[in-house]
Amino acid sequence: MSMVTLTRIPMAMTVPMFEYDFMRTAFVAAGIAGVLAGTVGFFLVLRGQTFAGHALSHVGFTGATGAALFGLSPLAGLVGFTLIAGIGMGAFGEKLAERDVAIGMILSLALGLGLLFLHFYTSAATQATALLFGNVLGVDDSALLTLAVLAIISLAALAIIARPLIFASLQSELAEARGVPLRAVAVAFLAIVAIAVAECAQIVGVLLVFTLMVGPAASALNFSRRLGLAIALSAAIALIEAWGGLTLAFYTDWPTSFWIVALSGSVYFVSLAARRLAS
Amino acid sequence: MSALRFDKATIRLGGRDVLSQASFIIEDGEFIGMLGANGAGKTTLMRAALGLAPLAGGSITIFDQPVTRGNASIGYMPQNRGLASGLRLSGYDVVASAAIGARFGLRWLDKAARREIDWSLDQVDARELARRSIGELSGGERQRVLLSQALLGRPRLLLLDEPLISLDPSHQKAVVEIARRLREELKITIVFSAHELNPLVNAIDRVLYLGAGAAVIGPVDEVVTGPVLSRLYGSEIEVIRVKDRYFVMAGGVDVEAEAHRREHGHEHEHGHEHGHAHPHSHGHDGSHV
Repeated sequence: MSMVTLTRIPMAMTVPMFEYDFMRTAFVAAGIAGVLAGTVGFFLVLRGQTFAGHALSHVGFTGATGAALFGLSPLAGLVGFTLIAGIGMGAFGEKLAERDVAIGMILSLALGLGLLFLHFYTSAATQATALLFGNVLGVDDSALLTLAVLAIISLAALAIIARPLIFASLQSELAEARGVPLRAVAVAFLAIVAIAVAECAQIVGVLLVFTLMVGPAASALNFSRRLGLAIALSAAIALIEAWGGLTLAFYTDWPTSFWIVALSGSVYFVSLAARRLAS
Repeated sequence: MSALRFDKATIRLGGRDVLSQASFIIEDGEFIGMLGANGAGKTTLMRAALGLAPLAGGSITIFDQPVTRGNASIGYMPQNRGLASGLRLSGYDVVASAAIGARFGLRWLDKAARREIDWSLDQVDARELARRSIGELSGGERQRVLLSQALLGRPRLLLLDEPLISLDPSHQKAVVEIARRLREELKITIVFSAHELNPLVNAIDRVLYLGAGAAVIGPVDEVVTGPVLSRLYGSEIEVIRVKDRYFVMAGGVDVEAEAHRREHGHEHEHGHEHGHAHPHSHGHDGSHV
């Protein structure tokens, strides 16, 4: 039995979903992670580093399972590992972060190690499913507080580096000439990405982090050619998808992650059509 | 006062001296065409002036001041291979990102920044173009929008790195004309690097030719000659002049056109700029002249 089915939502269609404590908590958690993922994800897409973000989530899996194995909090392991990996990736320079094969290898290695940790960890199946596919309904109050604090710190840090980050993402040579410290910006950004990935993994799981980090951002860039509008749109789309997924899950009893992925995919394909029509 | 002065400057990259004890002086207000074979150090020279390439010897001064990173008196236009051509953001937002992107901290586009951006776009007649998505512009149009960024902050020296690359002849002409006009109207110094001399020859004051680690500056007639170029290319070079067009030939091959053609071949591999006129039709391969 997996965690997802264990925390299945009661089929109480007549009861409004906000009557339930866990639903209120899940809405807040999904909202926080959605806004963070949509915002940070926008820059990830702008920089063409989506694959790096994907890899970070897999490293997070290793961290979470490893932490669980040693009796530590999986959330701490998840955040810690993604953060270290993100900073490492940034420190090795843009070149490495863009090298698909190297990242792919790290990604597989991380997932393999995670599997090994699970092998030694007894209550493996529930833990694994929750990590891989998310378990927003299982978020408790202390985890919620952690998510909120990390999100605020990340968004504040992003606001501070946003201008040089955009400049460096669009025109790195010119930015360098104007005195932007490219390496420092890259490292700081990937650290922020790591936090966002860890938060996202709580909601949709490490395998589906793409759906909230990349889907809304890519859609927003299709809908708008204005930078500020596209960032706001990306955050809004991610938020609506996260909340929409939860609502649909409540009324259908299907997994939340499935619905978020379905919404994210649908919005993306609609945005592709909209872009084609606009041009 | 000199705008840019290299004094016995040596720049070493990867164990090779790209420039070896190179000395030249560019005066304030000059329009300089910078030429040289691929790898002769045109980009490196600009990066050195921007403080991005370390000096192994000698000195570089900008308006009599030592080189610093982020020097506000220099406007730079890199070759911009990094800018995704599929990018859907508006040209205005790309220029704006450069205008307020150099410093940390949350900052919105205020009135002063908008005025500065509009001014820069107006200088290259790109205010209307900038409303469109940067990825939808033609090569020549995109080049104008990007060129406006070099004017942000009203610099006194423009370093333009190969602005003509992969442009067809009519767009090349337009870009050179804009540079010439900027020099006239803003009284700024321009260093304009190119593969070929001919598109520039009527606009520039002097030519800066790089090769074999050396730099030679002077009037076109004195620099673009067989003996000087033979030294810079390290092989026998013959210069043929037909009216105001120059053909730099090595063993019967037009080396500038050849370098240009290779660059275009490279572009084509990436599928860019199809449908534009090819350099073969420039009419500088002897038979047309």
